[in-house]
Amino acid sequence: MTEPVIAASGITHTFGSGTTAFTALHSVDAEIRRGELLLLMGPSGSGKTTLLHILGCLLHPTEGEVLLHGQSIEDLSEDELGRLRLKHFGFVFQAYNLFPMLTATENVLVAFDLARSDIEAGRARARELLTLVGLEKRLDAYPGELSSGQKQRVAIARALAAGPEILMADEPTAALDSENGLKAMELFRMLAHEFGRAVAVVTHDPRIVHLADRIVRLEDGRIVPPPGATAGDKP
Amino acid sequence: MEGTGFGEAQFRRIPEAPPWQPRLTYLIAWRNLVHDRVRFAVTLTGIAFSTLLMGIQLGMLLNFLHTTSILVDHAGADLWITAHGIRTVDLATPLEERRRFQALKVDGVATAEPYLLGFGFWKRTDGVRETVIMIGINPEATMGKPWDLLSGANPRDLLLSPDGVVVDRLYAEKLSVDSVGQLFEINDHRVRVAGFTSGIRTFTQSPYVFTSLRHARAMAFAQEADPLTYILVRVADGYSPDTVAKELSAHLPGADVLTAEEFSQRSRNYWLFSTGAGITVISGAVLALFVGVVIAAQTLYASTMDRLPEYATIRAMGGPRRYLYAIVIKQALIGGFLGYLVGISITLVLVYLGRDSSASPEMTWWLALAIGIVIELMCAAASLVSLGKVTAIDPVKVFR
Ligand SMILES: Nc1ncnc2c1ncn2[C@@H]1O[C@H](COP(=O)(O)OP(=O)(O)O)[C@@H](O)[C@H]1O
Ligand SMILES: [Mg+2]
Repeated sequence: MTEPVIAASGITHTFGSGTTAFTALHSVDAEIRRGELLLLMGPSGSGKTTLLHILGCLLHPTEGEVLLHGQSIEDLSEDELGRLRLKHFGFVFQAYNLFPMLTATENVLVAFDLARSDIEAGRARARELLTLVGLEKRLDAYPGELSSGQKQRVAIARALAAGPEILMADEPTAALDSENGLKAMELFRMLAHEFGRAVAVVTHDPRIVHLADRIVRLEDGRIVPPPGATAGDKP
Repeated sequence: MEGTGFGEAQFRRIPEAPPWQPRLTYLIAWRNLVHDRVRFAVTLTGIAFSTLLMGIQLGMLLNFLHTTSILVDHAGADLWITAHGIRTVDLATPLEERRRFQALKVDGVATAEPYLLGFGFWKRTDGVRETVIMIGINPEATMGKPWDLLSGANPRDLLLSPDGVVVDRLYAEKLSVDSVGQLFEINDHRVRVAGFTSGIRTFTQSPYVFTSLRHARAMAFAQEADPLTYILVRVADGYSPDTVAKELSAHLPGADVLTAEEFSQRSRNYWLFSTGAGITVISGAVLALFVGVVIAAQTLYASTMDRLPEYATIRAMGGPRRYLYAIVIKQALIGGFLGYLVGISITLVLVYLGRDSSASPEMTWWLALAIGIVIELMCAAASLVSLGKVTAIDPVKVFR
């Protein structure tokens, strides 16, 4: 078993304070490994997104420790966390949030520009990434001219732009039909298995369970032992 | 994914951008700006309007600054002796003729020439009377003569012609003058148009009418036998106007001795500050600026609100706040610059079209540049609200 890229232990997260305080996660342990597709599952409101944000260094937990390559991120400032995300993470959110007035290629290019990469090299790489996700014919299309599935794939290409070792997706298939949903999941799986990325996907889509290497189930902010959790074809 | 040529190489980092490479924020800002056509049009219109209004108001101010002291600036005198407490060249009060002889005795005075300025009523061909400002000087005078005469005429000849007056062609219509030789009346005295000047504007809108001192004295409403209102002094070579002015002041109690620069300044200040004229145009310009700020701020804010999810995504990806600031500010400045170009072009056309009217705004390259800078500063200020909105973005909240 490989070293976890991200390891979180004893994570408790409370939103708000006083009478309106709400604890979304209770002493949760979780980790993400290279070459593995991890599914975070559970009913709505169980804390999946919160956990993903904490694992993705978007949110400091109220309690507990998050280690990135064995290093605690606890003392990092907001800016330092940002740089960390830029370097190590790729995110795909349920809402694709593509710039409507930028083409598919330009939307991917934004990620290269954030990393201060050379624009021309970035443009060439953006085309390769869009080709990888099957959009080689829509390179110069605006989001308004793309289907949901295609927009989703632009968002995936953008998430891959900085060459992240960790890819995170929150309900990436929720807005897709089953065929496109499956395609997206197969892409994630390929990235984990063939390119050794660590991939974590939040979902409650039962159609894709069979693709997972490992499943973490949450209920009311606690991890519950899954029935047949390790099903799937682990290499 | 076989056959796509995609492999581990595609995960390798690509070279860093050279420092001179423009950031994508320019493209994003530009596309944001033009994405919504109506909003873009409103932004441009607002900023162009603001530029135009400011250009016209400040152009008028510039015109005021030049016209209020035009007589002093073109007289060619080193010093002006005036009645005590005079506030502007156009509102003259009488001075005794003996002052001139006293002045001539003072060391360092090369010449001291009489100058009479007073109001008169010009009777047009249709019988309507227009107020004019008569200026009387000796035909042989070396200072204070009309300048910029049309067709290269000699002022001495014009002033020597019987009943001759010189008016500016800007006011020909106002005075119902068609041609040289036409007869009119000022204060019931006969005058003959001897020639025209070009571009001698008056701030008071009462046209200047140059004539000989003798003729002017005959027409003036004056109690004195030989009225005059100013004495124009040229100092002798090797003397400084300031020293001679002090010396003259000492010899002429009850009169003011001013250098041309002081009198010019005093005349400008009077119209700008003592009357409401300066305040009016300046507040007009400030108002124009506010209109511009409000419109620019509104449209930029609306556009920023539309982009919040995308901006939040950039923050979630790890992009720094200053990346978003750069987009917003560039959007504001590019919009400002384009609006300015439209506005200043219209201003220049209007200034050109109005060049022959009696109160036309003036435009200089430095005023146009200054307005451009102010417009860009205004747009930067207009982006503050949007910047605040961008600062407050919490990427985590957006993705619930
Ligand atoms: N900012 C917040 N303030 C208060 N409560 C929140 C906040 N964000 C999430 N929650 C609550 O935390 C719980 C877990 O939320 P979330 O992690 O989004 O669940 P899931 O993704 O599994 O649907 C929910 O009950 C939600 O209402
Ligand atoms: Mg969720």
